[in-house]
Amino acid sequence: MHIIVYLIPIAISFGLIGLGAFIWSVNSGQYEDLDGAAFRILDDEDVPLSGDRRG
Amino acid sequence: MTAAALDPELGCPSGLAPASRDHAEDFSAFVKSKGNENTLLLSIRGAKCGGCLKKIEQSILKLPGVSSARLNLSNGKLDVRWQGSLTAREISGTLTALGYGVSAFGEDTAQRAAKSEERSLLIAMGVAGFAAANIMLLSVSVWGGHGEMGEDTRTALHLLSGIIALPVLLFSGQHFFKSAWSVLRTGHANMDVPISLALVLAFGVSVWETLNGGQNAYFDASVMLLFFLLIGRFLDARLRRMAHAAAHDLAALQNRSVTRVAADGTTEAVPAGEILEGDTLMLSAGERAAVDLQITKGFSTVDESIVSGESEPRSAGPGATLYAGSINLDQQIEGRALGTSSDSLLSDISNMLEAGEQKRARYRKIADKAVSLYIPFVHSVAALTFVGWLILGASPREAILVAVATLIITCPCALALAAPVAQVVASGRLFKNGVYLRSGDALERLAETDHIIFDKTGTLTLGEPVLSTASVDHDSIKQAASLARASRHPLSRALVVAAGSGKVADNVSEHPGLGLEAIVDGEACRLGSADWIGAPATPSSGLSLWFRKGDNPPVQFEFEDQLRSEASDTLSQLAKRGYTFEVLSGDRSSAVQQAADALSISNWSAGVSPQQKAARLNELQQQGKTTLMIGDGLNDAGALSMAHASLAPGGAIDVSQSASDAVYSGGLDAIPTILAVAKRARTVMKQNFALAAGYNLIAVPIAVTGHVTPLIAAIAMSVSSIIVTLNALRISSGGT
Repeated sequence: MHIIVYLIPIAISFGLIGLGAFIWSVNSGQYEDLDGAAFRILDDEDVPLSGDRRG
Repeated sequence: MTAAALDPELGCPSGLAPASRDHAEDFSAFVKSKGNENTLLLSIRGAKCGGCLKKIEQSILKLPGVSSARLNLSNGKLDVRWQGSLTAREISGTLTALGYGVSAFGEDTAQRAAKSEERSLLIAMGVAGFAAANIMLLSVSVWGGHGEMGEDTRTALHLLSGIIALPVLLFSGQHFFKSAWSVLRTGHANMDVPISLALVLAFGVSVWETLNGGQNAYFDASVMLLFFLLIGRFLDARLRRMAHAAAHDLAALQNRSVTRVAADGTTEAVPAGEILEGDTLMLSAGERAAVDLQITKGFSTVDESIVSGESEPRSAGPGATLYAGSINLDQQIEGRALGTSSDSLLSDISNMLEAGEQKRARYRKIADKAVSLYIPFVHSVAALTFVGWLILGASPREAILVAVATLIITCPCALALAAPVAQVVASGRLFKNGVYLRSGDALERLAETDHIIFDKTGTLTLGEPVLSTASVDHDSIKQAASLARASRHPLSRALVVAAGSGKVADNVSEHPGLGLEAIVDGEACRLGSADWIGAPATPSSGLSLWFRKGDNPPVQFEFEDQLRSEASDTLSQLAKRGYTFEVLSGDRSSAVQQAADALSISNWSAGVSPQQKAARLNELQQQGKTTLMIGDGLNDAGALSMAHASLAPGGAIDVSQSASDAVYSGGLDAIPTILAVAKRARTVMKQNFALAAGYNLIAVPIAVTGHVTPLIAAIAMSVSSIIVTLNALRISSGGT
């Protein structure tokens, strides 16, 4: 049972890492432009402007 | 410019927004320079899809010296950074040439505050979610080990839960504590009072129980409560911020540079906000007036459709008044400012918008009504439980435990989620149909309407004149179009549309208020008004242009603003559902009558000013009608914000879009769907409140009799929240 002395802090610190990442992402503006981000990922810079007509 | 305006590649490639035909304006007064680097924040109108993003960013990056250009598709903000001699006018010129509307980006303090509130709610929600998950991890082992787990282990796990819960309650709970404290000081109560009380008592009792080695600690319940409540609060804040954009967008229209002429004749660019009464301003062709002007020099034709809804441009010369928002079409003019930009017609409308917003803030939502019933109920039940148990001989410790369990289990998780979840699901469903909802409570107001008021130009009609005479031979149209291509007059454009592609005649000269003249094939050609052409003055009901080549007999082109093809179907569908109609237009009475007759609407008025429109809406409201206003022009903005609920088509100018509750793309046929979804959303919201009330009917007896354990509290809270959410999801499917 003594193992929980180690396991619980480890579990919580993993949670804290996730929480830290979330707070960082909010403060650095990752959620500022959800509409644009959805399109940017499809934007392939190698192809010249052919995607322009797409809806 | 005329030919370019017809280019299908202009504007948003997805067709979600119409291409803008604005003239490039000068924003040099808004450029911020830091060392070598210049920064300009612009607000782009009409960018709706990924194609726009690419088109705009790549074109700006191609300009010399530009180091970065980033467009935010959600709010239309374009951030351009560059070095060197590039001017702001070249940047805005590139954007207008692509077919987008441009204004300087300005964010007011209220909007910035709303944004930072939303952000802090999101972080608070994340922190509460983290804590809820981790405490639940510990709680599950306590519940699972019930009877087997030693007291020391249980106390240790409780302590650990308390250590996680304390900072989280202090951090994430402050939204509720602050608001509760501020209303308590004024001697009132809101939803945050029972919430704060439940949080504080649940935590306090749990600490007490943990220190005394008790079995029941409510750390998990208090943090989970906080998490669910913050979800509801966040969704609400988000919808509210989107709705608040109205005043801001209007301000953006005024965020421009204007050209001021000094006494010695030199010109300088100044922000529109700095104009003083009596300043002389220069307005080049295609520019929009930022303040009300009295023309002092030059003749031109002005397009006032945005201000008055009048579809025919009028000519204006020295002495004439030009209202802010109207566009100078063909010649450079100079005028004296009749006031500052804060007392222009534009800001009159802005004041109307504010008044409308305040009126809407007073609207009592279903959720508000539910809360006002709920607060006294919960508090008296908890207090009675405490007193009752004391009377029946329980110790104060037992009595407090049962009262706190009652307070926790009746706490309004389901109540806090009931409305926001339904609103989010309904707006998602409408979004799929090309409808953008601007506020959550708009659904409730839309569902209540019974009387629909339409604007004519651009709403019931296409908003653009279309050549209607079939008798004119194609050669004449082609020849006339070669002159018309040199002009940005709406009728000239319509003529060019009818003619298709072709060349511009050489040396076309434009005579303000009269027409166009050029030599084609050695013969003098004129396109313009009947008098000027020398044609017999025949009374014409609609819009017309005359064309004459040399000594040939003059040819008349007639234009009309056609009704949208789906208008009559949509209206008869709505009439079947019991809606009544009215047309309120700023256009000439003949044009309005024609449209109203075609749609068999008997109740219409023409030549109505923006103020009269708003007044008419108030009048209808006082007669007890719940009004739905549908309109697209600047002249409708006031009326849109005064109406009980309002809609604007996607082609509407931004101010009207922000003044309305929802914006629909496509045609009028979206309206029956919007109203049906709104009604369905309202039904689901009411069901949700009924479910929350039903849940309390079952939970309260269990809690009052002292049978609630932390496990039951956790299950009851999550089950009620899930049921409410699942019920709301029904909006996304099912018939209209």
